Amino acid sequence: MGMTMTQKILAAHAGLPSVSAGQLIEADLDLVLGNDITSPVAIHEIEKMKVDGVFHKDKIALVMDHFVPNKDIKSAQHCKCVREFACKHEISNYFDVGEMGIEHALLPEKGLTVAGDVIIGADSHTCTYGALGAFSTGVGSTDMAAGMATGKAWFKVPSAIKFNLVGKPAKWVSGKDVILHIIGMIGVDGALYKSMEFVGDGIQYLSMDDRLTIANMAIEAGGKNGIFPVDDVTRAYMKEHSTREFVEYTADEDAVYDEEYTIDLSTLRPTVAFPHLPENTRTIDEVGDVKIDQVVIGSCTNGRMDDLRISASIMKGKKVAKGVRVIVIPATQKIYLDAMEEGLIRTFIEAGAIVSTPTCGPCLGGYMGVMAEGERCVSTTNRNFVGRMGHVESEVYLASPAVAAASAITGKISGPEEVM
Amino acid sequence: MKAAHGRVFKYGDNVDTDVIIPARYLNSSDPKELATHCMEDIDKDFVKNVTEGDIMVANKNFGCGSSREHAPISIKASGISCVIAETFARIFYRNAINIGLPIIECPEAAVAINAGDEVEVDFDSGIITDITTGQKFQGQAFPPFMQKIIDCEGLVNYINQK
Repeated sequence: MGMTMTQKILAAHAGLPSVSAGQLIEADLDLVLGNDITSPVAIHEIEKMKVDGVFHKDKIALVMDHFVPNKDIKSAQHCKCVREFACKHEISNYFDVGEMGIEHALLPEKGLTVAGDVIIGADSHTCTYGALGAFSTGVGSTDMAAGMATGKAWFKVPSAIKFNLVGKPAKWVSGKDVILHIIGMIGVDGALYKSMEFVGDGIQYLSMDDRLTIANMAIEAGGKNGIFPVDDVTRAYMKEHSTREFVEYTADEDAVYDEEYTIDLSTLRPTVAFPHLPENTRTIDEVGDVKIDQVVIGSCTNGRMDDLRISASIMKGKKVAKGVRVIVIPATQKIYLDAMEEGLIRTFIEAGAIVSTPTCGPCLGGYMGVMAEGERCVSTTNRNFVGRMGHVESEVYLASPAVAAASAITGKISGPEEVM
Repeated sequence: MKAAHGRVFKYGDNVDTDVIIPARYLNSSDPKELATHCMEDIDKDFVKNVTEGDIMVANKNFGCGSSREHAPISIKASGISCVIAETFARIFYRNAINIGLPIIECPEAAVAINAGDEVEVDFDSGIITDITTGQKFQGQAFPPFMQKIIDCEGLVNYINQK
């Protein structure tokens, strides 16, 4: 029986000629990731293990991104704990204020994740690196600790759902609309325990930033991972960012899938997920009149150059609607600089938005944009659960950067066509 | 493994880790402190009413969302002895096993058991008994590999024994 792309990567890392869905395996890890929230718990666990240090000082990445620059004393204590651990074990990929970015934007940019890798991270959006043709998945802190200690993790080999993407998306339709459409179609547990394998001619029209956004939100459908085949776009990205060797895996012709969907990208419309689940999707034509108080453009889902460019192109020469607070967060220092050099930061500030240092802050209601009772936010982030961005009676509407930027101008949820 | 026995707190579909332990409390990793905010955003009274040994029952996709291990840690530290659900989100499932919070998948029990029922879970057989209604359900037993981790009371001890 043939293997899916995910199964082939897992088999190779488990030293097995083949694996099949449901099989329990132990796989070698190419990278173990943690952030300032999950790493302190992992460090506490690894200190209980009878091990000498970490398995490989270059194959661990610790990124201080959720509550930094530290929002309070307790978060400062957490970062201090991770900083001391990184120093003690000479972790080469430790990223603190000044070098840090939002982890899932930072690691591909730094060339630490490439095709064919097996990566675990104590952050659910670790599935992002599937965009590069890697197997990557989110785990908890104890798995992270075991990964740091042993360089291995156990997995139950997943079955897969195939998404055949065909056609070319229309002008304002981005990767975010593709993944929101899919989550709306299959639900927040539609891919529970499974791989989401994206294939098809439509992928050629998706930039690397679009693919990173799509793979990033595989977890919002319950997926174990989301993965794209490697093409010229992927190879060019990896050659630009990484010196590491990469391995291209392709699914067997006779690979078995639990389900198969064909999605014609040319028929998609800008899509918005209403509170309080990412599956509550409506097209922009169906949203009605929803007034907003805040807009967030950023996060591991949509804080990359493509996202800032399209937002700025919509906001250029216009003013943010009165009463709306607009927070733009470039995901890494490099993106921040590139956006500055392209004049995007000036565009945002002149429009009345603020631009922040990289942080996950508002996405999870940490800081830098926490909402009060009854407030509404259009956000390019990934979750709109009850209380996600603040008060339990606040509301989050998930959308693309284009919709977020247009909404910032009109003060209600709007498609870009409304302001362009 | 000792059977769980307690009163039931019942929840619906897609209970996410943001409501189990909101991110505003993630500047702490102390189990006792986390437990004081467990379930706060969907059930303000949970912390007041829960007693040692109580059982949590929910429907589909329990623990979806963030990978924060603080979620199962806060549930365990609040005194909950077992979570029964139709299905669990996969990261929560791993985390619960890794930290030694007993969980069990059983769609029939998840639907039939009511809030406040007295329930017993025998982990060796996977049998869930609703003492209040007299109904019995067969929950899904763990694969042997996971059973070993649970027997070691978590992944850390399992690795230390290997």
